[in-house]
Parts: sequence; C-alpha cells; structure tokens
Amino acid sequence: MTNFIAALPHWSDVLVAIFAISGSILTCIGAWGLVRLPTFFDRLHGPALGTTLGCWCIVVATIIHFSVREGEFVTQAILIAIFIAITTPITIIFLMRATLFRKRLEGRADIPPNLSGIQLATTHNPNDLRSPSAPPSKKP
Amino acid sequence: MSILFFWTIRITLFFLILALVFALIRLVKGPSAPDRVVALDSLYTSGLMLMLVLGMFYGSRMYFEAALLIAMFGFVGSTAMSKFLLRGEVIE
Repeated sequence: MTNFIAALPHWSDVLVAIFAISGSILTCIGAWGLVRLPTFFDRLHGPALGTTLGCWCIVVATIIHFSVREGEFVTQAILIAIFIAITTPITIIFLMRATLFRKRLEGRADIPPNLSGIQLATTHNPNDLRSPSAPPSKKP
Repeated sequence: MSILFFWTIRITLFFLILALVFALIRLVKGPSAPDRVVALDSLYTSGLMLMLVLGMFYGSRMYFEAALLIAMFGFVGSTAMSKFLLRGEVIE
C-alpha cells in the first residue's frame, strides 16, 4: 500500500485485533447456528449474534483504527452499526410473523402456541376450509 | 503495516468468509422460502462487515459508504421479501 502509514502505535493494533477477531468469530458462530439449528424459529436466533455483538465489535475496531490513523475522531462507521441495530429486528419480526401466518394457514402442527389469547381471524373463519381450527360444519 | 495488524485482517477475513459460506449453505439447502430469506439477511450482514474490514486493510473511508449502501438495500430487500411472503404482493 502506498498510502498506508507504517507506524501505528502498538496498543491500537492490539485493540483492533481483539475487537475485530472477536467480532468475526461471533459472526461465524451465528452463521453456524443458522446451518445447524433444526427448525425455522430456532434458526432465526442464530444470525442475531452476528448482527448485534459481531457488528458492534467490528465497527468499534474500525473506529479505533481510523481514529488513531488520521489523528481525529472518525465516527462515520457508527452510523452503520446503528442502522443495522434498528433495521434487523424489524426484518426478523416481520419475517417471523409472515412465517407464522403461513404455517397457521397451512394447518401445520409444528408452530409455537398462541400465547396472547387472541385468536387470529383466519382460524375462526368457517368459510376458510384451509384453517386448522375451523368448527366442523353441521350436516343438514 | 505491522505483522499483528496484517494477521488480524487475515484471520478476520477468514472467519467472515466462513460465515458467508455457512449462510450460502443454508441458502442452497433451506427447505422453505423464509429460510432462504433469513440466509440472505445473514449474508448481507456478513458482506457488510467484510467491507468494513477491507476498508481498514486498504486504509480508505470510501468502503464505509459502500457498507452503508449494502445495509440500506439489504434491509429494503429483506422487508420486501417478507411482505411478499405475507401477502403475495409487495405493494398493494
């Protein structure tokens, strides 16, 4: 690298090493959970390890490195971590609700129970033949 | 570039690429459509972190903008796909 400053202080390299390596290992463990866990609702928990702690560790390493390198406080990268921290739960909750809705509509038995006590409209519609708990229609 | 920093970047890149490979396995293997969407979500987050680490390696702040763009478009894509799975159409 032609534009690389050769002599950074040793403590910043050590800090960057600790944060970057731990962040990448956490991301890797989360992705391994995505491969290994058995059901869909378990698999949603795996990548959360990478998108919370892993992402923050790598962003902190980046901030330390660039701040020491350029002699000023570089806070650009924290925008990325905040954006990920806001948007990932939205995506995961949305996807989980979509999957729950689809599996209830299919009448699958391997879904988590309804804890809120509020029945969905689809499970009580007697005209919907696909709904699992529709009351049996009486024969005339 | 010190030896410690060089090997830090190498090990970090190794683990992030391993995470990409795991997400790719789930993307290919996943039994249902939401599994693939979760795998894509994990994939773009790992790619974003890869971009940050490459920015540290090459010493350029331009990679931050690329990472922010990946975050934005990844979020929009994942949300659009969940909406499609929920309703069957994205904009109604």
